Amino acid sequence: MTDAALISVRDLHKRFGRKPVLRGIDLDVAQGEVVALVGANGAGKTTLMRMICGLAKPDRGEISLGGASLQRAGRELRRYIGLVTHAPLLYDSLSAQENLRFFAALYDLDQPEERIESVLHAVELWARRRDPVRTYSRGMVQRLAIARAVLHSPPVLLLDEPDTGLDQSSSQMLHDLIRRLGASNRAILLSTHNLDRAVEWADSVCLLGNGKIVRREPTGQLNGERLRQIYAEADGTP
Amino acid sequence: MTTAAMTRRRAATGGWEVALLALNVATVIAMAALVWASLLYAKPAINLSGDEQTAQRIFYLHMGCNIGALAGFIVSLTGSIVYLLTRDLDWDRATQAGIEVGTIFGLGTIVTGIFWAKPTWNTYWTWDPRLTTATITVLLYIAYLLFRNGIDNRQTRARFGSIYALFAFLSLPLTYYSARWFRSIHPVVFSGDNPEAQGGFALGATMTQTLFIAAIAFSLLFSSLMIMRWRILRLEDRAAELREEIE
Amino acid sequence: MTLTAPSHNPPLSGPQTDLQPASMRTEGGWRAYLRKVAAIAAKDLRAEARAKENLSAMIAFSVLAVVVFGLAFDLRVPRADMVAPGVLWVVLLFAGVLGLNRVFGAEVDRGSLSALLLAPVDRSAIYFGKVIAQMAFMLAMEAFVVPIVLVIFDVNLFSPWILAGLLLGTLGYVSVGTLFAALTASTRARETMLPILLLPVMVPIFVAGVGLTANILDGREFTEFGRWFLILAVYDLVFITIAFLIFDLIWEDA
Repeated sequence: MTDAALISVRDLHKRFGRKPVLRGIDLDVAQGEVVALVGANGAGKTTLMRMICGLAKPDRGEISLGGASLQRAGRELRRYIGLVTHAPLLYDSLSAQENLRFFAALYDLDQPEERIESVLHAVELWARRRDPVRTYSRGMVQRLAIARAVLHSPPVLLLDEPDTGLDQSSSQMLHDLIRRLGASNRAILLSTHNLDRAVEWADSVCLLGNGKIVRREPTGQLNGERLRQIYAEADGTP
Repeated sequence: MTTAAMTRRRAATGGWEVALLALNVATVIAMAALVWASLLYAKPAINLSGDEQTAQRIFYLHMGCNIGALAGFIVSLTGSIVYLLTRDLDWDRATQAGIEVGTIFGLGTIVTGIFWAKPTWNTYWTWDPRLTTATITVLLYIAYLLFRNGIDNRQTRARFGSIYALFAFLSLPLTYYSARWFRSIHPVVFSGDNPEAQGGFALGATMTQTLFIAAIAFSLLFSSLMIMRWRILRLEDRAAELREEIE
Repeated sequence: MTLTAPSHNPPLSGPQTDLQPASMRTEGGWRAYLRKVAAIAAKDLRAEARAKENLSAMIAFSVLAVVVFGLAFDLRVPRADMVAPGVLWVVLLFAGVLGLNRVFGAEVDRGSLSALLLAPVDRSAIYFGKVIAQMAFMLAMEAFVVPIVLVIFDVNLFSPWILAGLLLGTLGYVSVGTLFAALTASTRARETMLPILLLPVMVPIFVAGVGLTANILDGREFTEFGRWFLILAVYDLVFITIAFLIFDLIWEDA
């Protein structure tokens, strides 16, 4: 465990009905670190993310953010978390600007207009800020979802498959954004299906299988091919 | 677990079994006594005749069912509040058992009331405040049971059920008063201060004694049904837990 | 439960970033609370103004129901004012369910409920924001229903007392309805479950509303119909208080 671990997960268990999904997850993400979660569909990536941001309760285990226990201080910790999920968490009939204004009000931002302008520029949606989200392409919606997640500048960012349905240029933009956010001392946990992207975007890759973290590899000496190999090996192990 | 501990445990459960069995036997005896008293022992009311005289005897069952429904109501209201405060599933099971048993007694109250009302009030149905409140209560009970069954997660089921039960029961006093101000022809048998009431009758000594037997018999019946249902729900939850552990 | 926004030392160090850091007002107490309530209500009203899904369905259904009732009672009821109060309140109760089903249903379907729950907002602020928006929809619908009742039944409901009764009754209906909508939003068969849960609890509102409207149409004095206001006011007070206390429990594991 690193001293500066912003996200710290200990012995996390969760079952849905009779089906155990997570059985003993231990995970640390340090400040400034980008960690990618990979694993088959249904391996529990989304469940893990939802529990770290407090949207689902673990059956057993401890989650703490910046040293504060989520179970005890969940309400206070909510403002330090930014979340991107499969669903964009936006309102279709409202424009980008209206969506962000709404969330700025919920997060009690000090200078909402300036902040909204800066994040909209960062995801290159400033020109389309007045159009309803309904008229956006999938990639634009996803970029706006990321803008929404970083609007309140959270130190902890959880990105659940942020790259699904992104075109090449949006994907590149997302990569740059993650790099910059990671460089600014945030802790970023992202999940993806794309192993090449996991290697390219993250500092280390965690392989989730059978309800546990099977392997954790730094991406330094890793490439997509090698990760695929590890993935295939781990898949066979019980 | 040591053998000694297991024996002790068996002895403890044995004690409960015996107590429950005694309660059930007492219930059967009391109900039999009630049938005898209400049909044979109680003398006819002096101010009634014909069908009304016959229908009057249904009153013993009617009042008994009413006691059961009221007890179910009190148990489930208590259970839902205590569950929300303590999160002990035993109280949620008490709420559910109380509502299930209460539904049966509530339906019994309404059905006996309907058969009594036709000869006495010359109508099966009326929007009398007590009848209205009893009917709405049964509808609330049924809504609660339907709602519970639609929720998969055990904790969520208990929490949402308790919240609904709390809301539902808090609305009942207001339902009663609004229906009462709307209109009323129900006889108030025990005080008789309602000049518009129809179908009241004077209580003789044997009738009072029979009523007393009815109150005891139905209290016993409610208790034994309630306890057995509560135990079944408990065992069902335990079985579900064990099944989870095996898998 | 507290109305004040949490003010504390942040357990997480603030990020240094080329995206300028955002600073939050963590103080402000009940003013911050009210700002968030207003933001949630305004968001729902604005979304509805754009999409026009909810309100238009409620209005279409309620107008249709009044017309159908008018036709059904036409030949068998000697005087329209005998049934008009009942028609008015039945239509409001049933049409309201259409709107209530979407209060949280729309958020659950879009997945945006997660974003609301994740925001550092007291759950009761979400509740009150939704109640305000839903009140606005119901009142807008009533603005259509009351004139239609006048046209179809030739019964004039434009009396200050009836309108006051409508306001109080609608408030009670929406405050309980919104909480039940939250209970049913993520359960199976929520569209059918909500009216089954809601209608028996609405009996006091319904009876008091009908009694009040009928009394006023009959030209009674306030001393006679005042007790209906008492029922409505007590109902509103009791259930808004309980809803405020209990709303936090609904999503405690979500």
